[in-house]
Amino acid sequence: MSLALDRATSAAAPATSPATLQPFRTAAGGLIDRSQPLPFTFDGHAYTGVAGDTLASALLANGVRLVGRSFKYHRPRGILSAGSEEPNALVELRTGARREPNTRATVAELYEGLETASQNRWPSLRYDALSINALAAPVFAAGFYYKTFMWPASFWEKLYEPLIRRAAGLGRAAEAPDPDHYDRMHAHCDVLVIGGGPAGLAAALAAGRAGARVILVDEEATPGGRLLAERRTIGALAGTTWAGDAIGELRAMPDVRILSRTTLFGVYDHGQYGAIERVSDHVAVPEEHAPRQRYWRIAAKRAILAAGAIERPHVFGGNDRPGVMLAGAVRAYINKYGVLPGREFAVFTTSDDGWRTVADAVAAGARVVAVIDSRFEVRAGLTQAAVAAGARIMLGAQVIDTAGRPELAAITVMSDAGRTETIRCDCLAMANGWNPIVHLDSHLSRKPVWDARISAFVPGGLPGGMTAVGAAKGQFLLSDCLDGGARAGAAAAADCGFAAVSPPPYTTDPESDAHEPLWRARAGRGKAFVDFQNDVAATDIELAHREGFRAVEHLKRYTTLGMATDQGKTSNMAGLGIMAELTGQPLPQVGTTVFRPPFTPVAIGALAGHHRGQDFRATRHTPSHGWAEANGAVFVTSGQWLRAAYFPQTGETDWLETVRREVSTVRSAVGICDVSTFGKIDIQGRDAIKLIDKVCANAFASLPVGKARYAIVLREDGFVMDDGTVTRLGDTHFVMTASTANAARVMQHLEYAHQWLYPHLDVQMTSVSEQWAQFAIAGPHARDTLRRIIDPAVDISNEAFPFLAAAAITVGGGIAARLFRISFSGELAYELAVPAGYGDAAWRAILNAGASYGITPYGTEALSVMRIEKGHVATAEINGQTTARDLGLGGMMAKKKDFIGRLMKERPALIEPERPIVVGVRPVDPNDRIRAGSHFIGVDVTPGPEADEGYLTSVAFSPVLGQWIGIGLLKNGAQRHGERVRAYDPVRNGDVVVEICAPCFVDPKEEKLRV
Amino acid sequence: MRYSLLSVLQQAFKGQRDWTPQWRDAAPKASYDVIIVGGGGHGLATAYYLAEQHGIRNVAVLERSHVGSGNIGRNTTIVRSNYLLPGNVPFYEKSMQLWERLEQDINYNAMVSQRGVLNLYHTDGQRDAYARRGNGMRINGIDAELLDQDQVRAMVPFLDFDNARFPIQGGLLQRRGGTVRHDAVAWGYARAASDRGVDIIQNCAVTGIRRENGRVVGVDTTRGYIGAKKVGLAVAGASSQLAAMVDMRLPIESHVLTAFVSEGLKPLIDTVVTFGAGHFYVSQSDKGGLVFGGDIDGYNSYASRGNLATIEDVMEGGMALWPGLGRLRVLRHWGGVMDMSMDGSPIIDKTHIEGLYLNAGWCYGGFKATPASGFCFAHTIANDAPHALNAAFRLDRFATGAVIDEKGVGAQPNLH
Repeated sequence: MSLALDRATSAAAPATSPATLQPFRTAAGGLIDRSQPLPFTFDGHAYTGVAGDTLASALLANGVRLVGRSFKYHRPRGILSAGSEEPNALVELRTGARREPNTRATVAELYEGLETASQNRWPSLRYDALSINALAAPVFAAGFYYKTFMWPASFWEKLYEPLIRRAAGLGRAAEAPDPDHYDRMHAHCDVLVIGGGPAGLAAALAAGRAGARVILVDEEATPGGRLLAERRTIGALAGTTWAGDAIGELRAMPDVRILSRTTLFGVYDHGQYGAIERVSDHVAVPEEHAPRQRYWRIAAKRAILAAGAIERPHVFGGNDRPGVMLAGAVRAYINKYGVLPGREFAVFTTSDDGWRTVADAVAAGARVVAVIDSRFEVRAGLTQAAVAAGARIMLGAQVIDTAGRPELAAITVMSDAGRTETIRCDCLAMANGWNPIVHLDSHLSRKPVWDARISAFVPGGLPGGMTAVGAAKGQFLLSDCLDGGARAGAAAAADCGFAAVSPPPYTTDPESDAHEPLWRARAGRGKAFVDFQNDVAATDIELAHREGFRAVEHLKRYTTLGMATDQGKTSNMAGLGIMAELTGQPLPQVGTTVFRPPFTPVAIGALAGHHRGQDFRATRHTPSHGWAEANGAVFVTSGQWLRAAYFPQTGETDWLETVRREVSTVRSAVGICDVSTFGKIDIQGRDAIKLIDKVCANAFASLPVGKARYAIVLREDGFVMDDGTVTRLGDTHFVMTASTANAARVMQHLEYAHQWLYPHLDVQMTSVSEQWAQFAIAGPHARDTLRRIIDPAVDISNEAFPFLAAAAITVGGGIAARLFRISFSGELAYELAVPAGYGDAAWRAILNAGASYGITPYGTEALSVMRIEKGHVATAEINGQTTARDLGLGGMMAKKKDFIGRLMKERPALIEPERPIVVGVRPVDPNDRIRAGSHFIGVDVTPGPEADEGYLTSVAFSPVLGQWIGIGLLKNGAQRHGERVRAYDPVRNGDVVVEICAPCFVDPKEEKLRV
Repeated sequence: MRYSLLSVLQQAFKGQRDWTPQWRDAAPKASYDVIIVGGGGHGLATAYYLAEQHGIRNVAVLERSHVGSGNIGRNTTIVRSNYLLPGNVPFYEKSMQLWERLEQDINYNAMVSQRGVLNLYHTDGQRDAYARRGNGMRINGIDAELLDQDQVRAMVPFLDFDNARFPIQGGLLQRRGGTVRHDAVAWGYARAASDRGVDIIQNCAVTGIRRENGRVVGVDTTRGYIGAKKVGLAVAGASSQLAAMVDMRLPIESHVLTAFVSEGLKPLIDTVVTFGAGHFYVSQSDKGGLVFGGDIDGYNSYASRGNLATIEDVMEGGMALWPGLGRLRVLRHWGGVMDMSMDGSPIIDKTHIEGLYLNAGWCYGGFKATPASGFCFAHTIANDAPHALNAAFRLDRFATGAVIDEKGVGAQPNLH
């Protein structure tokens, strides 16, 4: 049982009211509701917080100060900050499928029953076995792993890497799918205000009062920023009251939207912003139908960056001990959460605002034992509260070490003269100036610039439409934040065409922001950490310098400085400051690393929205889908389409059996197949035929009205893009089909050809793929079947409607339809197109009409078997790597016209005689099975690079031949019919001797389709 | 100082005092036998192999920023040799073999981790395409296994097998594939090249390439003119800009590719997995971050940052493949500028200008090629003729038609 629990329970034992359950809760004050106790657990121990707490404030209220272990040395760590910059207090939130590793306790809102656990420790947080790493710290210097673990080579994967991986990493991911869902929203506004502190509120007020559409985003549950964490006054009002009034006024404005609990994580091109709203993270489980989080994509005309600033820690020995905190955080815990992070405080500051901590702590009932300011002189009056509190005031001094097991119990202070003394305290507040949050304005590759006045980087060139205000701009005085915010809000509204009134200047209580940064305190005995989470110490930066890793990016990558989950929010500046000292360069010359989105880590699920599981992509159903589903079809995915692969009947046990029956029925009677997925493009206009002639490689000018023709489309580089048909329905009216896989690509290609290559042509086109249902009716009884559904006036006799005829007809009593006499199966066949809304009815009508002939529906498998039997090439052969000649279609290329790809297809490598060309294959032993993807090698040849002669593209079991057959691409294939090669398939243990033949196994004279 | 466990332990006792810069931060000399423009992985590897294999040590690598600041430090660290077409297969296999001995060759632990690369398939057509690829690999002596659904499930049980829009049918596995710590490759080659006499000159941007009588004589830089008998360009991402200095228009477009890393996590996934029904690939770094990515943004750009539409697409792919990712968080995303060539394959060749050599067009597959690229480029420069391994990577192949189009999408760079 841990000491933390002992303390908590001993404190809790006699308690009667919620407040006294928490030994470090102040008696009054803070923006919390003491009447609403919220029980929660940490590492299995029960505690109680109150409404308004974060997990961090609740743990501190219960006296829990050790909350985590560091990444490399497993050093005990406490809570450093009170905001999203927290590097130390990372916990696993919740359990089971909702477990969230690496959650910053400082931003996790407490709710009743919250279960939390520390991470990266074993067996317990207090007694962590890997804390022995700290003893080996001299070995584990930055980059040590680049210099060892090299021998023997095979040990890396077997031994070293598994050990390193197990020790590394932070929290544990949930093991089950995320049970929650996420929304995605698109929003537009005139003025986007990023940050709801004083500057942001003033900006939103000014813009909103002018009538602009405003979106204000703020990370916290309640906007207000530092106004909620400090004791300030604006005019006659307390800062918190002013903030509450401002929010109230904004909420009353119809065109203002306040998004609280929302982090603006990234700035993107063209005025696009990404934000995440944590809709349900402050409750145990989202309400029914509510998302866990909502991802906002915001398009804004103007943006006002009022994201504030992050306080800088000091770098000194043992600065990572639990109890050492940022001064601003100490004030936030006291003022906002009514929690004292200690009983006896010391303050280590280099800035005037650090001194504010003294009065706040004293007011909350704590003792302040010392204020250490490394400056030799400070403004008169600054020390007043400290003097009154009886604290020691140590100017020109620095904290150089800490002690405590593991929580802070004492600090070592060195005076300017070099004298050291130990001072007992259990909380040290560090104030070392603030860094404006220059992340968001840097996302569009703009570099921040150095502001010597505040010794920090401030926004440089801002993205278009963005202005920075307040602390984000380096203006740390409240009055500047308010006035600057109001001016920027009014200006942004004016830019959007709204007349804005400049508000009168705000007045505040007296303030000062004098500051002299101290990048590194004098050396003490303990390790002085720069990046807390990644355990990068000042000595690691020295080592990087020694080894030549002096460029900022090198420093970062070699030491991992700034690469932890906080992305260096509290560490980058100190790292740069130390590197500047080491190289003797001014700090701004050392530079900054590149800030990248997201500002704080964003859940992957939130960015994916609803696009997961079955909803990952749209599902397209064919017109016959309902019938097929009801009749037990097995479906196959084809792009976004679901197509019936085959239709098993009762008693059929094997898909091959079903497919064999479907093929045999088509070849002996009649079958129907839904081919609506093919691309259909309607092309009209005086010059339609000219465009078609340019796009297709075979000749079309001679195509008469009422005829269809096979079409080959080449890419500009001379390879085949797709094949299909073009039908001339009228003099200036055509319909072109494309394969299912290339439907969109061919449409795109036509648009490209028209808009870019031949803009002078008078032609219009549109995709009608989804407007027409299209069914293939194939087999000796196809005509008989069709006759029963078409309107009597339509003559489809062989003489009136021969092979490749096409016409607009009517079916079912006047329903407009199109009939094409084309065949993929090699049988007498038609394709009938009806408006998609009639598709289901037409499908059923055809089945009824063919019933007496024994009609079968057939799917893509039978379709494929029959096309392979016929030697028709399809997607497996038209794979973007084959020419028309490779596919046996070379003879169709027009000689007397120009077309896209004509010259490029004549490039030497494309007419190389050795190129693999389409052949048919059949196993020599008819019992052998062959598989697509097998390579061709000589019968007696040892497999090797030189032996590779091509590959098998498609295979099918042919019911006609009673054996497996295939189509492949073979070097010199046209000359090798009758030769034997191996279909070599080592990845499936296949090796079959096959005979090469012509790629057509059924009815080579094509008599059946003309009867 | 040679790197070893012993030296690390010794320095632990000496407060790490004796380490010296890993490579000399050299100032430019008046002239060199060979200047390599570009201090990324390919440029540094080229310099290393020039010195190591060809004894050419009077070499400078010019880097406009700092070593490794380009795509060598921005990629998703995947190495593999599971290529399809004859022009690529032996080259990438050579690269894999060089990765396998890299650390011993250059005495630098780049964490070459042969944890396997698993490409998933979701349709029969994809399965057959992977069989074609795998069989081609096996014929070339490269390891490849075609896994069925059960075998994939045993390896990566947390993927979506039950409710997927595009159910996983299986995968093509190359066990020798894996990941390599990308920065360490740049640093390791820099150190090894520097140790062999190569001058690594940082913050030295090339502003012009000087020619006399049709041959290269040197380069103008932000640090002055530097003479050279031969100049090799290895500046993927900026190849077109450098080539424009000698009025060459390359068959290359520049595109941005976004990569992502999650927060650090305890070990979750022990291999590299690529989704076959969307563009998404993922592995886990030794430090614990999930490293993942997807498609290029699709428009021409020199800005190393991507936009939300592609980011959403990548996350959707991730969630479709692995629904347990939902609550894990993206820590950072960044962009790299890709030399997208017209057939998706690279160029390592001489140019029409005597003494000027080109290494370009790596699309988003350049990292895995680093050792072989350096090996072949060094050979091409030293011998003024390509090595057999880069014989297919000619600049004139778009004229001859001998393209190496693995995806079969033709001369549309944003589709490769």
